[in-house]
Amino acid sequence: MVKRTLTDKLAILADAAKYDASCASSGGQQRNSKDGKGLGSAGGSGICHAYTPDGRCISLLKILMTNFCIYDCAYCVNRASSRVERARFTVEEVTRLTIEFYRRNYIEGLFLSSGIIRSPDDTMADMVRIARTLREQENFRGYIHLKTIPDASPELIAEAGIWADRLSINVELPTETALSQLAPEKSARTIRSAMADVKTRREASRERSHKGTRPRAFAPAGQSTQMIVGADAATDGQILGNAASLYGDFRLRRVYYSAFSPIPDASRLLPLKRPPLIREHRLYQADWLMRFYGFKAQEIAPQSGMLDLEIDPKLAWALGHREMFPVDVNRAPRELLLRVPGFGTRSVDRIIAARRHRSLRYEDLLRIGCVLRNAQPFITLPGWSPRALTDSADLRARFAPPPEQLSLF
Amino acid sequence: MRVISLPRIGTVPAWRSHARALAAGGVPPGAVLWQLDAPEGAPSDLFAGAPAPEPPAPPVTLTLPREAVSAIETALHHSDPERFARAYGIVLRLARGDLRWGDRSDPALHRLLAQEKAVRRDIHKMHAFVRFREICAPEAPRRTFAAWFEPDHPIVEPASSFFAKRFGDMDWIIATPTLTARFVSGTLSFEETRDTAPPAPDATEALWRTYFTHIFNPARLMVSAMTSEMPRKYWKNLPEADLIPEMIRTAPERAMGMIEAAPTVPPKRAEKLRRGKV
Repeated sequence: MVKRTLTDKLAILADAAKYDASCASSGGQQRNSKDGKGLGSAGGSGICHAYTPDGRCISLLKILMTNFCIYDCAYCVNRASSRVERARFTVEEVTRLTIEFYRRNYIEGLFLSSGIIRSPDDTMADMVRIARTLREQENFRGYIHLKTIPDASPELIAEAGIWADRLSINVELPTETALSQLAPEKSARTIRSAMADVKTRREASRERSHKGTRPRAFAPAGQSTQMIVGADAATDGQILGNAASLYGDFRLRRVYYSAFSPIPDASRLLPLKRPPLIREHRLYQADWLMRFYGFKAQEIAPQSGMLDLEIDPKLAWALGHREMFPVDVNRAPRELLLRVPGFGTRSVDRIIAARRHRSLRYEDLLRIGCVLRNAQPFITLPGWSPRALTDSADLRARFAPPPEQLSLF
Repeated sequence: MRVISLPRIGTVPAWRSHARALAAGGVPPGAVLWQLDAPEGAPSDLFAGAPAPEPPAPPVTLTLPREAVSAIETALHHSDPERFARAYGIVLRLARGDLRWGDRSDPALHRLLAQEKAVRRDIHKMHAFVRFREICAPEAPRRTFAAWFEPDHPIVEPASSFFAKRFGDMDWIIATPTLTARFVSGTLSFEETRDTAPPAPDATEALWRTYFTHIFNPARLMVSAMTSEMPRKYWKNLPEADLIPEMIRTAPERAMGMIEAAPTVPPKRAEKLRRGKV
């Protein structure tokens, strides 16, 4: 076989990495290179340096160390039984790509993942070596996200957390049954115990000793995970319930939802029909409601278990709880304002700041940045009353796209 | 009419000290004409040098909330020629207690806050879309990079400290149509732009273009999501952007190809792995 060039490898190993949705590069430790002895900075809000036509941002150099893999997870483009082309980067190649891309301001850092070669420990050790080389040899102070391998030994995970800003372990599928069917080598228990291990180490790294010294930072930007949506029969209700327990049990920073996407050389075990991308979007909206708006998972996911694809989950909740509305914008507590469709967290903060000084009028809400079309039926204040609109039977039709007549031809 | 001419480099600190002095002298906003120095020997403003006496108002000492100072100074980097006068008017009203900071029902403050937001977005996009190219041999003890960028507003000064913190171990130049930022041996300086030619592409750019094409998933084409965050006006200075039209054009066909391809028979290696494992 002809030896692959760096360009060939980059093409293959970027192709192999693109199904992981995670891209965050924010938070964590404040670092910079003002001293002139290193390269990079981190700790602010992340920057998206480019966007591809799929609407996703490029923030990190997202690559696999290798796409050779001994596992056979049906949904994965790199599973052992797939006929995709294979390649493997050396430590020097990944280091060089990261540093040279970073110097040209293409990226915020590296997101390194890998297929499992030889054994989970061997693979994890190679990934840790890359992160260590970047930090110690290249004095790299940008962002590093390592995808950890759940079966790797705790010592390797412990070292990974010292060099990386973020660690992540993918739960892959929303239910244990689906995981055992589609990813026979992975176990939900191992994944969860690896997450618990990272959480414990993170907590320990923040506790000062009796002398007040702080131990070394461990994955300062936290841990995240990804769930594939639409490869199994799990409902949105199950997915959100699972996400809520991940946020609660392991203090995850983010759960990413990735609509199962057609891949080259798909496995026979998978549905050939892809889930609508809007489902992924609605799950992210629901996730935001849980993290920033005080909603519980059970409140968002309806009885049928699926989110409404036509209207957003906050609007759907408000339509189902008309008895709570209309809300008096000048008096309602923060928790209730957050439940008004069309009011974001920032709008709510501005409303609360402004109403300390004077009574707000309807016209003020527009300047504050509320989406009044969505809010109108649910609020009352000087200059606006929804009257019978709040309880009108056809309120949903005001927001949902009109039903399409099926074409006969 | 009093004419205040502000330098093109260090505009905001100059505005600040003028505003303080004018307020202390009780000069009302309507009595000041703010302008930027002309680039080089351009004809001066029509009203320059025609000061008319104005009835003085009581002096005002400027003490403002920190949050207000930072937002006003950010908004002063907007390209709107009225920004200096608007900010001076707002500062006086805030200091006298005639205006509450954050009151968006006030049209002038509403405008200023909108401009502050526009400037912050422009700075953020500059941090994202500046693309450096190496302009000397990589073996040099300190590597040197250059970039050409066209922001909407005169933001080079506030945007550059980010690059100084991030790229501390290399020398770099960022040139824009108005000012150029230069970072040499750890020292940041600004000057009028002389050279408006973008630097030549370097070898790493080809790798970046490879990465850009291959990280794209053709099965989820969403062009408007891309252009809302990376508007076309930035494309001409992005080395990867000329690949986009072809990526969009071939995407549906590539995605269909993946769906239609029948599942293949696993390679022999997979079978070996399976037997070896259990």
